[in-house]
Amino acid sequence: METVIELNGVVAVLGSFPALAGVNLTVQRGEILLLQGPNGAGKTSLLRVCAGLMPIERGTGTILGIDLATNRQDIRTRVGLLGHTNGLYLDLSVEQNIQFWASTVGASKDEVANAMRTMRVDGRLAKVKAGQLSAGQRRRTALASLIVRRAEIWLLDEPHAGLDAAGRDELDALLRNAVAAGATVVLASHESERAASLATRTVTVDGGGAQ
Amino acid sequence: MSTVSQRRRVAVAVARKDLTIEWNSRILVNQVAPFAAIVMVLFAFALDNDGILQRVAPGLVWLATLFSMLVVIQRTFAVESADGALDALRVAGVDPSAIFAGKSLALMVQLFALELLLVGTAVVLYGVNMTLVGFAEALVTLLAATVGLACVGTLYGGLAGGARGRETLLPLLLLPVVAPVLIGATRATEAAFGSGGTKVSEGWPWIVLLLVFAVIFAAVGSVAFGPLVDE
Repeated sequence: METVIELNGVVAVLGSFPALAGVNLTVQRGEILLLQGPNGAGKTSLLRVCAGLMPIERGTGTILGIDLATNRQDIRTRVGLLGHTNGLYLDLSVEQNIQFWASTVGASKDEVANAMRTMRVDGRLAKVKAGQLSAGQRRRTALASLIVRRAEIWLLDEPHAGLDAAGRDELDALLRNAVAAGATVVLASHESERAASLATRTVTVDGGGAQ
Repeated sequence: MSTVSQRRRVAVAVARKDLTIEWNSRILVNQVAPFAAIVMVLFAFALDNDGILQRVAPGLVWLATLFSMLVVIQRTFAVESADGALDALRVAGVDPSAIFAGKSLALMVQLFALELLLVGTAVVLYGVNMTLVGFAEALVTLLAATVGLACVGTLYGGLAGGARGRETLLPLLLLPVVAPVLIGATRATEAAFGSGGTKVSEGWPWIVLLLVFAVIFAAVGSVAFGPLVDE
């Protein structure tokens, strides 16, 4: 198994508040790791550190073998973070949104078509503006953009939020498909039972630490 | 680090995306252009007196451009923040200087179209006459001023975009900075229009000033846009 995330005693600070207090974490390629814990426990901060967005103050870490302390910009280009917003342009159609992300990395039209098919936003939906989509359809469009960006690690913050029961089932199936295709998924969720049934491993985050 | 060709590819993608959004939404055509035309008509009502309009037409064109530009810049960053798209670009490690270049390029295209409309309105409403050389000088003035305005507008739009009260903050920040463009472009356009007996040749030094402004803000924007949107 290939280690894609390795954190050793990582400390990260949000303003003057210690968001992560000595986190140790190892994630292997192909895992679906669930981060669970109460509000303010540090789940989102942990995702942002793994995405190369938050600098680490102490400790060491690598993401896909890239040093977190010195090369965060390169990490950003290889992981995908989906937070509470979807990062879509509401006046562009689904296809135009995904095509735009494809253009930023030089992905081909075939890759765009495959991503749209995988996330089931092809066909009639392709021409619909993102602003007219349901919450679940927007989430699927955002996930399709992660695929065309060739993100190797998917960092998802509350991915089930705003989805109905059918949408949640569909999202779970899509994440399993993505992992089968070679991605690694780390998700933070309040919905422990549902997310635990999806995850291959669960880590509890509390007080800025992970166990 | 991204290569020059990667940066160019991203810049073109961002510019194409912004222009596609405009094409899909028609905000420039249906709202900003009529607003600019109405401003010109209101100026005509307010200053309709013994040839004053012909003399002040260049200044009115550029004032209307600046007011309209504020609306266009607000719009171009509103589409980025509506669903966290600019954040997503930043998170994805997309080169900020390429985003700056792409957004500036799209803004240039929109501003240039708007300025052509305003000059046309001045010719029709204010009775401005231009020689062929004057027309060529007016075009060069539009191009030089547009590059500077688009670069500084993108830079300050990015700065104000994440701030509270951004709608009122942007004019406060931007208008003092673009004063040199207003002065230079107005003087160069006066020469192109022949307003108040000015000669076409008197406009070229002002165009050089516009080009210097454009180069400075293109360079500053390329470097500063990333840290500004990161904040």
